[in-house]
Amino acid sequence: MEQLIQQIASGIANGAIYACLALALVMIFVSTDHINFAQGEMAMFSAFLCWQLLDWGLNFWIALPIVVVVSFLIGLSIERVILRPLHGAPVLSVVVVFIGLLAIFHSLAGAIWTHTIKAFPSPFPQVAFAGSGYIGPHQLGMIAVTVGLLGALFAFFRFTPLGLAMRAAAQNPASARLAGVSVDWMLALGWGLAAAIGAVAGTMVAPAVYLEPNMMASILLYGFAGALVGGISSPGGAVAGGFIVGVLENLVAYFGNLLEKITGFYLIGNGEKLTVALIIVITVLTLKPSGLFGHVTVKRV
Amino acid sequence: MALLEVEGLKAYYGQTQALHGVSFALEPGGITTLLGANGAGKTTTLRSLCGMVRTEGSVRFDGRPISGRATEAIVRLGVGHVPEGRGTFTNLTVDENLRVAAYTRRDKAAAQRDLDMVFEYFPILKARISQQAGTLSGGEQQMLAISRALMLGPRLMLLDEPSFGLAPLIVQEIFRIMRRINAEAKVSMLLVEQNAALALELADHAYVLETGRVVMSGKASVVKSDEAIRKSYLGY
Repeated sequence: MEQLIQQIASGIANGAIYACLALALVMIFVSTDHINFAQGEMAMFSAFLCWQLLDWGLNFWIALPIVVVVSFLIGLSIERVILRPLHGAPVLSVVVVFIGLLAIFHSLAGAIWTHTIKAFPSPFPQVAFAGSGYIGPHQLGMIAVTVGLLGALFAFFRFTPLGLAMRAAAQNPASARLAGVSVDWMLALGWGLAAAIGAVAGTMVAPAVYLEPNMMASILLYGFAGALVGGISSPGGAVAGGFIVGVLENLVAYFGNLLEKITGFYLIGNGEKLTVALIIVITVLTLKPSGLFGHVTVKRV
Repeated sequence: MALLEVEGLKAYYGQTQALHGVSFALEPGGITTLLGANGAGKTTTLRSLCGMVRTEGSVRFDGRPISGRATEAIVRLGVGHVPEGRGTFTNLTVDENLRVAAYTRRDKAAAQRDLDMVFEYFPILKARISQQAGTLSGGEQQMLAISRALMLGPRLMLLDEPSFGLAPLIVQEIFRIMRRINAEAKVSMLLVEQNAALALELADHAYVLETGRVVMSGKASVVKSDEAIRKSYLGY
């Protein structure tokens, strides 16, 4: 029983990371209808930037805002410089560009910081607290940061004029232009925000998995699964989906191990966690493509 | 000086040319209507004025050349476009639909005054203020579209078939309010209508388009009473 609770708690913690990345994916999807396959590598690159600042002696909580701002600018420039000429291009061309970006960020990180694994200190104090047998301080911190981030984004989109303009641009670009909104800039802003969210995800995940250019490869897949489960068009759904996937993968492994212990028959275990994510992706896409919380628009005809 | 001067306007959809040198002018304060059969280029003309299609030729708004500029830049100069199909942001609330149009305005007090004005013209929108715009009736969505254009504080409003798909009673109400807006808020209007009889009643000047060219123009009252024009171009 205790082990089960522990598995769920750590699932929630992992889920927080998937949720961050899912949120970044949704961000770009709702404004451009594209899935940014380079999102994970961009987050990894941001984590390396943060590590560099820490290595130069900066405090984490000073380094983080710097990295978030720099990542925001990188995301913004990618849209303005690389994707702008591709407006209206076939979706496959865009996918190829995303894969190109993935390779570029991957090799760039390797070239600058080498492929050796680096330790990334947790920014959260290592203290014992009630329930710390189930969940570590870093994991708890990750959850808090994710929930805080979601709250901030929700407030931004719901209560600020700029957030409203971004929603309008995503929903009906032609009408948004007629309302005086610069849709092109809203897209670039969406990219910037996604990169900034990814930067937070990267710096949160680095202490948990060690820092190296490959660290995001499987996590992006989980994030993708989370986004799909929650509904790729719904930011809140993506976060919920991220948590669901995190808990689900741990539970599947836990019950797989239990099954082996009791019957001696090995069906599924820790080694198949990634398979679980892929199964989730395929299941959702075939059974309910809009996801659990995807928008069902009320429309009069 | 004319509020809007259009000279030799040509428009293209890809390789297809839709307008072949349209010229007309709008005096400030009036309501002008563009008439013509299906495919004559009425909607394309409106879309060209707002930079929504590729064009050649000159368009001057208030003496300033606006052809070739981005849609949002033209709109911000004071050209409110009520698009074909109403262009409602269906997932946003009525309130959000209106506020998004005021987003780029510097003068927030004026925007607030315009919001009050909109609710005075269309009280039903105030009653529906926090409702998702997609759930409004067709007539209410048309009112919302006109209101959204008004929230830009425009001096010229381009209206693309505001009567489309609406019950005659609703159309009458909307046209009555459009006349009030024109008179009270001093917003000039360029109205595209399939329903020529209706448009000629509201407008004081008319242009008739045929296959991308202006074939005649005149006072609405004159066009209305000229049987030859009515029969050959307006079909009633």
